[in-house]
Amino acid sequence: MKTTPRKSSRRATNGHAPQVESGEPNRWNLRLYVAGQTPRSLTAFNNLKGICEEYLKGKYHIEVIDLMENPTLARGDQILAIPTLVRKLPQPIRKIIGDLSNTERVLVGLDIQPR
Amino acid sequence: MVTHSRRPRSKPIGLQKEPTGISGFDEITRGGVPKGRPTLICGGAGAGKTLFAMEFLVRGATLFNEPGVFMSFEESEEELATNVASLGVDLNELIADKKLVLDYVFIERSEIEETGDYDLEGLFLRLEVAINLVGAKRVVLDTLETLFSGLPNEATIRAELRRLFRWLKDKGLTAVITCERGEGTLTRYGLEEYVADCVILLDHRVNNQISTRRMRIVKYRGTSHGTNEYPFFIDEKGFSVLPITSLGLTHTAPTERVSSGIKRLDTMLGGKGFYRASSILVSGTAGTGKSTLAAHFVEAACRRGDRALFFAFEESQDQIIRNMHSIGIDLERFVKKGLLAFHNARPAAWGLEVHLAMIHKEIVDFDPQVVVVDPITNFLAIGDDVETKSMLTRLIDFLKVRQITGMFTSLTSSGHDIEDSEVGVSSLMDAWLLVKSIESNGERNRGLYVLKARGIAHSNQVREFVLTDHGIELIDAYIGAEGVLMGSARSSQIAREKVADVDLRLTTAHKERELRRNQELYEAQLVALRGQYEAEREAILRELDDEKARLAMATAQRGEIARLRRADNNDNSDFRIQENGAKKARKGTVR
Repeated sequence: MKTTPRKSSRRATNGHAPQVESGEPNRWNLRLYVAGQTPRSLTAFNNLKGICEEYLKGKYHIEVIDLMENPTLARGDQILAIPTLVRKLPQPIRKIIGDLSNTERVLVGLDIQPR
Repeated sequence: MVTHSRRPRSKPIGLQKEPTGISGFDEITRGGVPKGRPTLICGGAGAGKTLFAMEFLVRGATLFNEPGVFMSFEESEEELATNVASLGVDLNELIADKKLVLDYVFIERSEIEETGDYDLEGLFLRLEVAINLVGAKRVVLDTLETLFSGLPNEATIRAELRRLFRWLKDKGLTAVITCERGEGTLTRYGLEEYVADCVILLDHRVNNQISTRRMRIVKYRGTSHGTNEYPFFIDEKGFSVLPITSLGLTHTAPTERVSSGIKRLDTMLGGKGFYRASSILVSGTAGTGKSTLAAHFVEAACRRGDRALFFAFEESQDQIIRNMHSIGIDLERFVKKGLLAFHNARPAAWGLEVHLAMIHKEIVDFDPQVVVVDPITNFLAIGDDVETKSMLTRLIDFLKVRQITGMFTSLTSSGHDIEDSEVGVSSLMDAWLLVKSIESNGERNRGLYVLKARGIAHSNQVREFVLTDHGIELIDAYIGAEGVLMGSARSSQIAREKVADVDLRLTTAHKERELRRNQELYEAQLVALRGQYEAEREAILRELDDEKARLAMATAQRGEIARLRRADNNDNSDFRIQENGAKKARKGTVR
């Protein structure tokens, strides 16, 4: 399990270059866009973490981007809704909006479970 | 939850307006869109919403130095730049100058899964980034409704949009938000509910295969505005709204007169021609020389140094110049001098309103003193009577306000009563010339009347109207015992009268000669008679003398005899008396 703590991600990503860390196959590269530490952001992060731990243990990477600190990043991934979870890898890119409270739909959205 | 965007709300300071810089729009809204508030532009597909919004930003950046943000939900930055380039605007340059930001928001429904509560803070943040990048004063959101189709949970979107509009207001941004028009509603998703300050409807109507774009201010809270539908068009310079309404009857009436270009016609019009800034209707059947009258009028104007604009809806510029050349009117030199300009268009090229708009625009650009519209009847092909009359009323009002003398030709079909088929505009006109084709004895002749000329003591006579190689000539029609005669009938009547004159003259001369001859005759007779009388008198006198001599002799003889016979003296006295009487008679003849 490897998570970057919230607010610590300052990497300037242009949104199109997924960070694949070497070696591990089937790596799930997830990016969670939030705007400030709102209750909804926290809920989303906690929900995401729970799902990942349960279904993707050991093969995921979550990057949290706080648009409040880095608002210019919103444009790259075409972020409108907050929170938005972007599945950068595996391809294709998928977007899941909302606080991720509906686990079923998160799993469908991430293609962990077939639709 | 997001606190950074909440600013203390500024107190409203009346309703300030922000000029858009869009031609005509600021006039109909009396100043532009509400400053610091959102304005909703709704309309169907292809109504010109995006262009309006873009022009609002581009003009803001170039004319008023107000940077703007264009947030597009439909077209990418490249597409927008390409589209606007065709209107002569270089978006990339504005972007490089930090006067404009384009932000393309792409929403793909199939990529998005909703898993719980969300808000649109991302949109707010993106907008804020863009606004801060250039210090924007103007914002365009084109077309927000994409959110409804791109994102689930309509209730959330509505709540967020309401927040967005409030947020824009709090930031004091003048925003233009475009919206798709819905069935029977202004916008498909009822956005007018949130943007309550100013709602503008764009419309694109096709009538008889001719499209007309129109704009209407549905709502403009807290201000007076024109409520009519205003036509607008989109040309290479962008958006033009045409605030052409009836301007009322407040124009001044100059007393200056302008020549009609035809001397005799001026004479018919009180010797001085038309009033400046009056409107003149020239009506007549086909081929009666209406355009030629107009050409004369234009030529006279250019000779005076006035600028003239000729709107021709039947002929091309070259054709008019050539045709008028053939009757000795040289219009080309005035075109070269820049005093005369033509605007040629087929009536069916645009709708009525666009024509009016074009005319309006050309007049503003060229600033003429004289305008000719040839002919107005062609507009009936593209609009009904009411529309055409309304359009002409506005045109005439517009000309009057600008103190332009206008001449309008009108074709009357020969079947109609010539005096009531004038598109119902004759009552708007100050002067009305009627050119009539009069057919008699197998030929057509043209007659010209001044049917009406407000404020001018005009002739009530029909003049014959002849086209010569040096222009129009007006000739007195023959009016006599035979009625009104024109053309060859007039010529032959005149010829007949000439013959009669000659006859009369010959007869008179003959009579005079006869008189002279008689006089001579009688005088000769008088001389002869006198001669005869003299001769006879001479003879008689001679005889008288002879007889006197004889008497004297006889008396002497008798005296001698008496003396010889010693007779009495009485006989002597008788003789002396007789002798005195003869002396008296001789004296009378000598006198």
